[in-house]
Amino acid sequence: MFDDFFIRALIAGIGIALVTGPLGCFIIWRRLSFFGDTLSHSALLGVTIAFFFEINIAFSVFLISSAIALILLKLQKTTKLPGDALLGLLAHSSLAVGLVVIGFLTTIRFDIMGLLFGDILAVNEIDLLIIWIGGALILLILKLIWKPLFASTVNHELAEAEGMNPDRVNAIFTVLLAAIIAISIKIVGLLLITGMLIMPAAMARNISTNPIQMVKLSIIGGLLSVFIGLFSSLQINTPSGPSIISAALLLFCLTLIKIKNYSELKK
Amino acid sequence: MNKFGLETLIKVDKVGLFKNNKWLVRGVSLEVKRGEIVTLIGPNGSGKTTTAKIALGIHKKIEGKVLKFTKKIGYVPQKISIDWTLPIRVVDFMLLTQSLSEEEIINALKLTGVEHLKNNTLSNLSGGEFQRVLIARAIAKMPDLLVLDEPVQGVDFKGEISLYELIKEISEKINCGILLISHDLHLVMSSTDYVVCLNGHVCCSGTPQSVANNNKYQELFGDRASTILSVYEHKHDHTHSQDGTIKRKQ
Repeated sequence: MFDDFFIRALIAGIGIALVTGPLGCFIIWRRLSFFGDTLSHSALLGVTIAFFFEINIAFSVFLISSAIALILLKLQKTTKLPGDALLGLLAHSSLAVGLVVIGFLTTIRFDIMGLLFGDILAVNEIDLLIIWIGGALILLILKLIWKPLFASTVNHELAEAEGMNPDRVNAIFTVLLAAIIAISIKIVGLLLITGMLIMPAAMARNISTNPIQMVKLSIIGGLLSVFIGLFSSLQINTPSGPSIISAALLLFCLTLIKIKNYSELKK
Repeated sequence: MNKFGLETLIKVDKVGLFKNNKWLVRGVSLEVKRGEIVTLIGPNGSGKTTTAKIALGIHKKIEGKVLKFTKKIGYVPQKISIDWTLPIRVVDFMLLTQSLSEEEIINALKLTGVEHLKNNTLSNLSGGEFQRVLIARAIAKMPDLLVLDEPVQGVDFKGEISLYELIKEISEKINCGILLISHDLHLVMSSTDYVVCLNGHVCCSGTPQSVANNNKYQELFGDRASTILSVYEHKHDHTHSQDGTIKRKQ
């Protein structure tokens, strides 16, 4: 019925949506949207390094993004610059260095559009393995640190006072973000990964009243976006990333209508 | 165990915190034992909250030592704001740092009089209601040590008294130690075991009686403060007229 490449893209997309759902909720709760952006910009550097040394893209992106994330955590504690300035600094410097490195790679040609916006044709069996094994690991670790992470999201000092070690779980969470960016580059593309993380979660926020419900709805929203996005990508030949994110936007708008009805009900 | 046969829960030894080119507090020592209420008093900016946070381990780069003999600690912070981006109900908040049975949750909320709010969204509560939920959360798991930083702020007058009574009741019932920060000198002097008066350093400390009689305390809080204790201790054998003169009862 469908071509193999499409089935592969679908399986990859499902794997990614299962992981971005819960992580996206934490990004929204912790106001980390721009942090996600910085990490995905730094992913370009990871990609070029992967081409340079001929290593796996997901692996090298994961290393570079985690390094950038941990540098950011360190800078936040040691400099007097505000968080958003540090994010901008790291985002643009890693993007610039990444582009400079591309300049050196004159002998290798690669599909920059596919990299930026995702390409369903590019997913192979190894990518599927990386997505599903990596995704399962991310979810497992997230489950293990859920309680202290959520507690420190609600109130850092309360978590600290009652022995939850928030600094450690925050660092682990940051590495998990780098990991999801690394494994979803091929499908979503590095410009739109943050969108994949926050849009289903934002949609879920509109219609949920407690954290677990929001996580579940965020996963469902992500899965629906992947289905709608990938099918339309196949039908009208658009890049996969923008199609998935547009589908997520559509869902977000639908939840806005629900909010509107609800507030009218209250009047 | 110390010489009074009471178990020490936390011991703070000559701690200080240097931040932004000044000492917020320095040389503060105190000890909380099981079944005891220790209160920190002092003017604004005297380092009460800082001292509590040092004791809790929230401030890490400190001078001095903190020895904790328990991990079961309940904390009611002075300021806490719940981000509206978080869809969180009272019941989710109760489970924030601990695992509780349904019964434990309801019991704790009942104690502070807010069991009807169990499924309400946290950000929709009033200040006083939220404060009651904070206290309920801190006591739900029967901690060994309770650290309460202005626990009744924003609670109505009647509720304030009953909450303080509740706190005292809890300390007896679950036999925990309490480190309390309060502005309410009446309460501090009437129902706590040990008072530490701070002003960047320990200005004086001891039983409420001895602190109230201390000159430094009187300098810090003014003359009227020392009479507070007597308000509690004397029998009301007289009333006051509008201008404050004493009218003896017949």
